[in-house]
Amino acid sequence: MTEHPGADVVIEAQNLDLTFETNDGPVHALKDVSLTIDKGEFVSFIGPSGCGKTTFLRCIAALEQPTGGSLSVNGMTPDEARRNRAYGYVFQAAGLYPWRTIARNIKLPLEIMGYSRSEQEERVNNVLQLVDLEGFGGKYPWQLSGGMQQRASIARALAFDADILLMDEPFGALDEIVRDHLNEQLLALWARTEKTIGFVTHSIPEAVYLSTKIVVMSPRPGRITDVIDSPLPKERPLDIRDTPEFIEVAHRVREGLRAGHSE
Amino acid sequence: MKQVLAVLTVVAVIIAFWYAASVPMNIRGVLVEAERAGEVVDPPKAADRRQIDEFELILDNPFAIDDTWEQERPRLPAPHQVAEELWDTTVEKKITSKRSLVYHAWVTLSATLLGFAFGTGLGILLAVGIVHSKVMDMSVMPWAIVSQTIPIIALAPMIIVVLYSVGVQGIIPKAVISAYLSFFPVVVGMVKGLRSPDMMQLDLLRTYGASKAQGFWKLRLPASMPYLFASLKIGIAASLVGAIVGELPTGAVAGLGARLLAGSYYGQTVQIWSALFGAAILAACLVGLLGLIERAVLKRMGMA
Amino acid sequence: MMLILAAMLLWAFGWWLNLRLAEGSYAHTRAIQVTVPLIFGLTILVVWELLVRGLQVPLVILPPPTMIAGRFASSTSILWADFVQTFVKGALSGYVMGCCAAFVMAIAVDRSTFLRMGLLPVGNFVAALPIVGTAPILVMWFGFDWQSKAAVVVVMVFFPMLVNTVAGLRETTAMQRDLMETYAASYWQSFFKLRLPAAMPFIFNGLKISTTLALIGAIVAEFFGSPTVGMGFRISTSVGQLALDMVWAEIVVAALAGTLFYGAVAMIEKVVTFWHPSQRG
Repeated sequence: MTEHPGADVVIEAQNLDLTFETNDGPVHALKDVSLTIDKGEFVSFIGPSGCGKTTFLRCIAALEQPTGGSLSVNGMTPDEARRNRAYGYVFQAAGLYPWRTIARNIKLPLEIMGYSRSEQEERVNNVLQLVDLEGFGGKYPWQLSGGMQQRASIARALAFDADILLMDEPFGALDEIVRDHLNEQLLALWARTEKTIGFVTHSIPEAVYLSTKIVVMSPRPGRITDVIDSPLPKERPLDIRDTPEFIEVAHRVREGLRAGHSE
Repeated sequence: MKQVLAVLTVVAVIIAFWYAASVPMNIRGVLVEAERAGEVVDPPKAADRRQIDEFELILDNPFAIDDTWEQERPRLPAPHQVAEELWDTTVEKKITSKRSLVYHAWVTLSATLLGFAFGTGLGILLAVGIVHSKVMDMSVMPWAIVSQTIPIIALAPMIIVVLYSVGVQGIIPKAVISAYLSFFPVVVGMVKGLRSPDMMQLDLLRTYGASKAQGFWKLRLPASMPYLFASLKIGIAASLVGAIVGELPTGAVAGLGARLLAGSYYGQTVQIWSALFGAAILAACLVGLLGLIERAVLKRMGMA
Repeated sequence: MMLILAAMLLWAFGWWLNLRLAEGSYAHTRAIQVTVPLIFGLTILVVWELLVRGLQVPLVILPPPTMIAGRFASSTSILWADFVQTFVKGALSGYVMGCCAAFVMAIAVDRSTFLRMGLLPVGNFVAALPIVGTAPILVMWFGFDWQSKAAVVVVMVFFPMLVNTVAGLRETTAMQRDLMETYAASYWQSFFKLRLPAAMPFIFNGLKISTTLALIGAIVAEFFGSPTVGMGFRISTSVGQLALDMVWAEIVVAALAGTLFYGAVAMIEKVVTFWHPSQRG
């Protein structure tokens, strides 16, 4: 356990290492990764495949065990945080259960965590509103479009009081128009709920548009090459993407990615 | 490697359990024999022993445990007895001998293979017809599917007797049963396989201006291979069961089914068990052989 | 001669009718899709009747359908007793016991990786074997009555059911399991909320395969010895007496029982797995 300086530090990684043993020898998924995330930040992880961005997110969620270094979430080990239900996780695919309606899908974590029936109802209605899906609670996932399914899966992650939202390329499988729309909604949601968000993507505009902090990573071994604090204001309309500030940040991200590549 | 270890462990546990089960299963018979041989059995009277459960009998007569694995007609023969019988009747006997299991297995196998070849051939032909003719599809396919849910094996005794009454006997009646048991799974599987190419692949061929026959040979037939092999494996197992069952009603003198029946008439349990294992080994070999052919064919087609 | 001609004409007519219906513009409607196979089946029955009468086929080879129907109608009490003995007592009780046992075993196997790695290949192997051959042994152990038939059925349905259930319980994706992990769900929570529902299509596949196996096991086991009642008993003794109309009546019972049994399980499946792509259509 590491001492964390301020109370507002939510996630702290120091010299994190993770090596997978494979048939072709060990693979360095993460090497010497150090990063601090404060409460209420929106942090994007960007890099080519194999750079360890998803692995890092999975380490935070205690879905992978680091082989070295230290990692704390809310001052606890990731596994303790998991048991305290400290985060909601959104995967690349919506992963809704086809045998449950949207409302009952959102109830799933609530049932597991033992919320009362009336509270379940209330929370479902709240989050359905939050992701703009009122009136769709009685539908089955396969009756909805891909974008709506992904929104439902975000609602599922928001339904319980986790203060960290971990999102692993949540919009990767959607087309660009739907994606823009969901990005806008996600920012609004973040502003309203003040959650801490970790967001994995491989789209530069998406990362720059959404984040307060952009973590650029590169592969073999997976490591952090640059951490960029975004100068963009908290209020971000979609056309902010045409401003010089935005282009400047995007340029720096691209430089970082290129530097990681040429090594 | 770990898998092999796990399988071996499971098999070892099964064999150990089998040995253990042979003791209570056979203890009464052993004690009767011991009593006749003049040994001291506790309790000495058969009538008293009937009141006591098997496990107490074992505890009271520990000397008898060894004999439970060596009886001539045990209720449950021990694994090594079955293995010995299998060895005796396959390797030690000449294969032309009536007592050779290889001979009996061959009798059953030849009927199985003949029937399987016919059933499969007709099944594939019907499947091709169904895929190319809408009226055949709509008329026949529902019945082919329904036929899978009914125990058509119940027809076996009748086929044997009817064919016998018109003077056909020997391998043919059994082959007929084998044929129709493998027929329906092959039809259903093959239709599924021939229909497995998706619209995009069919449209692609259409853009090449391919004829219906070209579409069949170049796309539908290759695409159906995995499905065909899956149903062939089901079909051959069904064929073998058909041939064995076909040997039951007429009291056939040769074949694995005949061995099972004769064994059950005369209480020759070791013979039943070895015939059963013979059938199991035969089935495993047939399915395994089809698996090998499947691998080779799919590999040549670049699908595996 | 007239009858044979009539049979051929009828066959041609039936085929022509089906051809018109299948190529017609209503071919995709439910009504036509039911009618066409019915016409086909009826044509076969009538052609069978006409041919048997026209060619004067001996009754010991093939009785005409009307005679089978007559026999069926006049011996309903015997057929019912046989049905109860073989289907209800033998097949159904064995089916329930075998499937339940396999289900419990599947959960045990699923909890241990080692057991799964070891037992699954063995189970797959046994599922392909001619298990019906155990019938003489089990008849010897459990006597001639329905108990031995139920035992054969238990052995026959156990392995296909086990293999399917275990495969079904493995069916969840890594992502779905990770999701449960992030909720810190317990084993039984993720079992009941995720893995059991996800396994249902596989479990029902096993249940459906087992319906036919159960009936086969119960009937064939009677060939190795039975009381003087039961479908397998009636078939083998009637064959011996060359009473083929009775054999066919019994086969009709077996076919009806098999289809209805399967249909009932398939209907429950439709309700339980309404969400599966194969059921949505």
